[in-house]
Formats: sequence, structure tokens, C-alpha cells
Amino acid sequence: MSNWLEKIVPSLVRSEKKRSIPEGLWDKCPKCEAVLYRPELEKNLNVCPKCDHHMRLAARRRLELFLDEGSAVEIAADVEPVDRLKFRDSKKYKDRLVAAQRDTGEKDALIAMRGELEGIPVAAVAFEFRFMGGSMGAVVGERFVRAATLALEERMPLICFSASGGARMQEALISLMQMAKTSAALERMRKAGVPFISVLTDPVYGGVSASLAMLGDLNVAEPRALVGFAGPRVIEQTVREKLPEGFQRSEFLLEHGQVDMIIERREMRSRLASILRKLLHLPAA
Amino acid sequence: MNPNYLDFEQPIAELEAKINELRLVGEDNADLNLADEIGRLKDKSRTLTQSIFADLSAWQISQLARHPKRPYTFDYVKHAFEEFEEIHGDRHFADDQALVGGIARLDDKPVMIVGHQKGREVKEKVKRNFGMPRPEGYRKALRIMEMAERFKLPILTFIDTPGAYPGIDAEERGQSEAIAFNLAKMSQMRTPIISTVIGEGGSGGALAIGVCDELLMLQYATYSVISPEGCASILWKSAERAADAAKAMGITSGRLKELGLVDQVIPEPLGGAHRDPALMAASLQQKLVETLDRLQQMPIDELLDRRYSRLMSYGRFTD
Repeated sequence: MSNWLEKIVPSLVRSEKKRSIPEGLWDKCPKCEAVLYRPELEKNLNVCPKCDHHMRLAARRRLELFLDEGSAVEIAADVEPVDRLKFRDSKKYKDRLVAAQRDTGEKDALIAMRGELEGIPVAAVAFEFRFMGGSMGAVVGERFVRAATLALEERMPLICFSASGGARMQEALISLMQMAKTSAALERMRKAGVPFISVLTDPVYGGVSASLAMLGDLNVAEPRALVGFAGPRVIEQTVREKLPEGFQRSEFLLEHGQVDMIIERREMRSRLASILRKLLHLPAA
Repeated sequence: MNPNYLDFEQPIAELEAKINELRLVGEDNADLNLADEIGRLKDKSRTLTQSIFADLSAWQISQLARHPKRPYTFDYVKHAFEEFEEIHGDRHFADDQALVGGIARLDDKPVMIVGHQKGREVKEKVKRNFGMPRPEGYRKALRIMEMAERFKLPILTFIDTPGAYPGIDAEERGQSEAIAFNLAKMSQMRTPIISTVIGEGGSGGALAIGVCDELLMLQYATYSVISPEGCASILWKSAERAADAAKAMGITSGRLKELGLVDQVIPEPLGGAHRDPALMAASLQQKLVETLDRLQQMPIDELLDRRYSRLMSYGRFTD
């Protein structure tokens, strides 16, 4: 959990810079460096049409794209952050929150919705990585639990798209406890036989990886997403050896038995719907 | 500098050295009566310790929590329990030496114990991986706890780790999943669980044996989402600011009690648990017995509902 910002901040800074080179309508793929027409890229769900690299996707847009058109209703939107510890580092936590809210248009780093997936009623949540690295504090925990509780009550599947550096340091032990809180809610779902599908998107680390994100009935990953407990830099400093090629990528996780399958973003809706119909004993589409 | 004393304790170390010197002189020269002088210095040392320990900073406390002489899980097992039998291995891969467990008696009652274990000498430290478990450690802990559930034994966990081990092998074997699975399973385990932070409560690696009905903390233990050094190097861009980070995160027992995140704080002997491990173990034992008596009187379904409500109340938002 100690390393998420170091790991993430440089890449954020880099992509910001790259984005500012072409004027507004153009983006550069961080992997193959192809210059892409943004409306085209967005139509392709932020997947590079040249090399299939899966770029990050804003949480709200992710859920809108995932759920059937017009079916999505946001839940737990009224849960907003509180600076209980009056935390202050080089900046006040309160000011960091205000800045993140201004930059993302979101109140905190998790968006929760109910809606339908190919006609199946579901609850779906997504982490907003641009909001303080998608870090999990009390709001993320509470919104997640409310979505899980709703899913349990109505016996509808819960799907979570995670993208997070881990627990939010500015909420200290309160954020650590969100790991236990979210995991406990998922255990109730598991006992009741209500499906939880965890979709790991780039990146998932620390306290989010070590709680809700690894507890899916199915753990699904997008291609080449970075997923791990400790970040690569911390591991390198600890073991003092070079990390193997592809370490902590989705494909590495699949090989080591940590995820069930890798699904491309453009197939996510149809494949998850088809799996859920079977789990729920619904007729084929 | 005396390595058995921390920086801020050095004035105490100097006094103690003087007392020892006088004692030696006294032994060599039976005709000199130094008892009065030694007694006077001892009083002075006690007063000095009291005044230093009356006002410790969060950073000083986090050093005490990691003091090389601090009692570890096995020290408490020895002093506070009887008939301990260690249980080994996760039955899949290995026997993690950084997370230990076994069956024992607490005040005649059979109980299950799970705890992090650090090593004291270099060789032992390496063997215990500095108290940083790998996935097989968490899976062993779960196996032991599930056994406790089957046999209706209460579970007592002892938290003392810098964190789960950040290594290539640990990642390959699913460190995240091992921790997450424990969190989920402990939330529904049908037996009372008491967790005590005895030293360093380091993040997810600590919480993975810390989902409980009652959270106890020794006075100079710490519990936090990230180490002060880690937090400082990320938020202040310098590990040198660890003292600021320790303060900001509120990692001490007193602060966490105020915040309602810890249920009971157990006072330590003057100068910290390591100055009198037997005394520390005795007060820990007494608290565990009392707490267990109380929890065991609750019907199990009520206990589980209470545990769930406690978990849900962390960072509670009113509608």
C-alpha cells in the first residue's frame, strides 16, 4: 500500500503532458504511440484501434457504457467525504478533496449505480482513478457497501470495476478499516449466493486489491492491467532483484491462478451478461 | 550509546549505567556503604523515566512499538497461557514462520492463538522474515481459525508486523487474495475473536488477522494504514518527515481510542512493555480473560450481528 502514488503520479504527469501536445481532438496511445482521433477513440471505448491497448476510462462513463442505455440510476450519491482527522501533509486533505472534486466533477473515488445489463437487473460500481488515485476512504467503502447491500436485498448481481492505488492515507486507520467493511459485505453476498464479479482494470494495488477486488466469485481482468499487493518499486527495493517481464500484468495473474479470465473491454458486456444468465438460471439470450 | 535504549531514553540509560557502576564498586569494596546513593539514583531514574514517558510524541511511540527488546507473540504465549501446542503449515505450500498459531489454555479455558512473530537475533529475524508474512502465513492462520470455529474455541490474535511481505513470490502466490479472503471469512466466523495490537500494526498485513469482536491495544503499540516512513515519503516526498506523518495519521492507542477505532487500551509498565514483560503479560492476560468472559456470554448470532454492525460503523455516514 505504501507505493501507489510514487508509481502512479509519474504516469499521470506523463499522460497529462502527452495529452496537451495535440490540440483537443487528438490523443496519443501510450503503448504504440499512434496518434488517434479522439472521437474515434471514444467510440472504441478508449481502446487503441491500432494496438488494442486499454486506456483508462472515467468511472461514470465506464458505467454508462456498461449498463443498458437509459437504465442507469446512481445510488449513494449523497455520501460525501468528511475530513475526520483534520489531516494535513504538505497540503490540507480538505484542499486535496476540493481540487479532486473540481478536476473530476465527482464527490469521491467510487461511483455506484443500479441498472440493467442486457436486461438483467444489476448493481455496478466503478472506481474513479483520477480522484486521488482511486484511493479507498470512508466514502468509497460506504458507497460500495450500499451497492452490495442493495444487490443482496434484491438478489441481483454486483459488478465492480476497480482502478485504485489502495487505501487513502489521509483517512489513516479509517481507510484501512474499509478493507474489512467491504469484505464483510461481500461475504454476506457469497453466503446468500448472489454473484459478485470483480473486474480489475489498470491499476489495482494495496488495500483495494487486498480486499474487495480479489473477492469476486469471478475475478476478471482487462488486458495488460497492472494488479498486485505491493507496487513494483517497493518489491524491487525489498528483494533487490529485477522483476520478471510482465510482472503483475493481467496475463501474469492469469498464469499464476489469481484471475479467472481476461476479457477485452469491447466484449465485457456480452460475456459478463452471458455468464450471469447462466449463474442466475436465466434462458440464453 | 546504549542500543537497549532509544534516542530519547539516553538520559535514562546514562543514569542506569551509573547505578550499575556503583553496584560493581560496592561489590568490590564491602566496607563502602553505597546503598543510600544507589537508592537515591534509582529514585531519580524512576522520576526521569516518568517525566520522559509522560509526554511521548507519536513518532517516539512508534519507535517503542518497534523496540528491539519489545515482547513478541511467543513471549506472551509463554507468560500468559498454559499448555501451548504450536500448529504448523497451511497444508498447501509451506509453514510461514512470520505468522504463528496454536492451541493453548487461558485461565484454564481452551483457546486458539494466532499471531505475528518477529525474531530477536539476526538469524531468528531472517527466519521470521522480520515479522512479514507471505500468503501461506495468512492461509495457515485461516486454517487454524476455521479449526477453532469447528471446535468452538475462541480466537485470540496478536498483531505485530511491519506489513505483509512485498516480494515476487508473495505476489505470485496471491498475497492480496490471501489477505482479502481472511477479512471476508473472519467477519462471519462463528466464535468470539479478540485481537490485540502488541507492537506494530502495519496495514493490511495486520488487519488480515484483525477482524474481531473486540480490539485491544497495548499503550505503546501503533496501528496504521501505512508506516510513518512510507506515508512521509509519499506525501512529504521525504522519509525524514516520518515524525510529522506519525502525528498526522494518529497511529497511537490514545488517539485511536478517541476516534472509536480501538475498544480498550492496556497500560504498559513504566518505560514500556520490554522493561517488565512478565508484568505486561499479566495485565494483558487479565484483560483477555475479562473480555472473553463477556463475549462468551453473548449468543453467537448476536455476536455476529454485533461484529457486522461494528464493521459497518467504520467511517459511518448518517443517511
